[in-house]
Amino acid sequence: MYWQEEYETMTRDKLEELQLQRLQQTLQRVYDNVPFYRQSLDEAGISPGDVKSLADLQKMPITVKKDLRDNYPFGLFAAPMEKVVRVHASSGTTGKPIVVGYTKNDINNWADLVSRAIRMTGGTNKDIVQVGFGYGLFTGGLGLHFGTEHFGATVVPISGGNTARQLMLMQDFGATILACTPSYALYLAEEIQNAGIDPQSLNLKIGIFGAEPWSERMRDQLESKLNIKAFDIYGLSEVLGPGVSAECSEKKGLHIFEDHFIAEIVDPETGKPLPYGQPGELVITSLTKEAFPIIRYNTRDISVLNVEPCGCGRTHVRMQRVTGRTDDMLIIRGVNVFPSQIESVLLEFGDAEPHYLLVVDRKGSLDNLEIWVELNERFFSDKVRALEDLENKMRARILSVLGISARIKFVEPRTIPRSEGKAKRVVDKREI
Amino acid sequence: MRTSKTIEGLVEGENRMKVKQISVFLENKSGRLAQVTQVLGQQNINIRALSIADTTDFGILRLIVNDPDSAYQALKEAGFTVSTTDVIAVEVGDEPGGLARVLELLQQKSINIEYLYAFLQKAANAALVVFRVEQIDEAIDVLQKNNVNILGGNQVYTL
Repeated sequence: MYWQEEYETMTRDKLEELQLQRLQQTLQRVYDNVPFYRQSLDEAGISPGDVKSLADLQKMPITVKKDLRDNYPFGLFAAPMEKVVRVHASSGTTGKPIVVGYTKNDINNWADLVSRAIRMTGGTNKDIVQVGFGYGLFTGGLGLHFGTEHFGATVVPISGGNTARQLMLMQDFGATILACTPSYALYLAEEIQNAGIDPQSLNLKIGIFGAEPWSERMRDQLESKLNIKAFDIYGLSEVLGPGVSAECSEKKGLHIFEDHFIAEIVDPETGKPLPYGQPGELVITSLTKEAFPIIRYNTRDISVLNVEPCGCGRTHVRMQRVTGRTDDMLIIRGVNVFPSQIESVLLEFGDAEPHYLLVVDRKGSLDNLEIWVELNERFFSDKVRALEDLENKMRARILSVLGISARIKFVEPRTIPRSEGKAKRVVDKREI
Repeated sequence: MRTSKTIEGLVEGENRMKVKQISVFLENKSGRLAQVTQVLGQQNINIRALSIADTTDFGILRLIVNDPDSAYQALKEAGFTVSTTDVIAVEVGDEPGGLARVLELLQQKSINIEYLYAFLQKAANAALVVFRVEQIDEAIDVLQKNNVNILGGNQVYTL
């Protein structure tokens, strides 16, 4: 039932000892190799050699997404490129993505953590895992892929989309585990129903879902419609990718793999650490990463930590499933979207002061993004064709910048609500 | 000098032949068209011709009015996205083949018609049709040379 029992069940004392030792190594590594962190350590008056307790970490400043963007592309890498064997990237808040790197050891550790997650769901090497996460720069596909191979199960690397093919292979290859975003899983469940396939006739028994927020309600739906047990997996490329934490059979929170990460919850207003049990922003420090160590990264995900012993026997702290964020990032079909990215596209089209609204809805099980743009005189034409051309160009540009399709809807001037200070940019109608 | 004066004269003549159309962006929601007509009514602006092109999301209302400058200003102040476009108002014989003849003339010169629509009222024995074309000066030229009557802005506004 464990993948690395020694680490997964070590006593809190032993775990903290290991964390401290690994923290010292990580701080030394970033001090020696990453100017950005060296400056932070110097300014905080910390010499990596004298870190005597885990509490010393709190003297370090919090790292934010902007810091990662400012060091584009490889500025925060702590290993020489000859040791970096892979990069991944996620969408940033503007045009440039955030790039992360992995050494061979990083890839191996990552694969171990995904293996732990698969084992936690009850998976074995007899399982066939259909990986419906996108393959590519996104960490979901390749993260699950290498983890599954490392675990010894069979991987079907089908990637996302192409639903008819997903269903055919699911039937023919007999996948027992489905790994994808929960909304896509729900969509597949509906398509299975529409195709008149009896879920009982499929071999599916486990779902490993992540990359976007979901709810207990969705879990119930997925479990009954697909006749499976559904588990949450959490991660973000800035920290690792899927496998930072995962749910065990108790389904009462996601164990953060604390031999590889230190998790803190901080007050969103003050940035001060909060005790266990209080909700706030999840902040993560990596302990074993070589190519892209990260110190006190603010995920902006809202969670609560629970250090009570778990029925599964694992000692690692559990995080409550993420319920929201403290920034304006939206996750649409597993893709991170910031309103500022949309704004930058509209600016490219010459709209000096774009007034727009992102309307996200879930029709059936798939997310729909509508972008309402106030049509000003600059864009207006008496010809329908010209306006439709503009719509198409905007849609194509959004697709190329964000990797998601959106519907552009032109609206009359001054119809998008203005509020004092920050404009309202998002209406999220999804009920998850 | 004489040549350029002649050209200026021609240009002026062509400009007199153009009619200013008001275009208004409308979202497809109830009451928007009524709102436009109310604004115009309050300003004593009379609508001579109109057409609406619509898609699932929006419509474009095109209007010929008796006072395009005031109409533009009033609609803009009422918060609408408005633009003006030059179009031509052509008298088309009120008989079978009347419109076909005009279209053929334009086609011979490869003049693309973006859209056209008819006036609410007509001149004696002729229908009035608004043409929106890309090459407006060429269109005026070819129609005039072929004795097709074009009503200039001032004639249309005071119909």
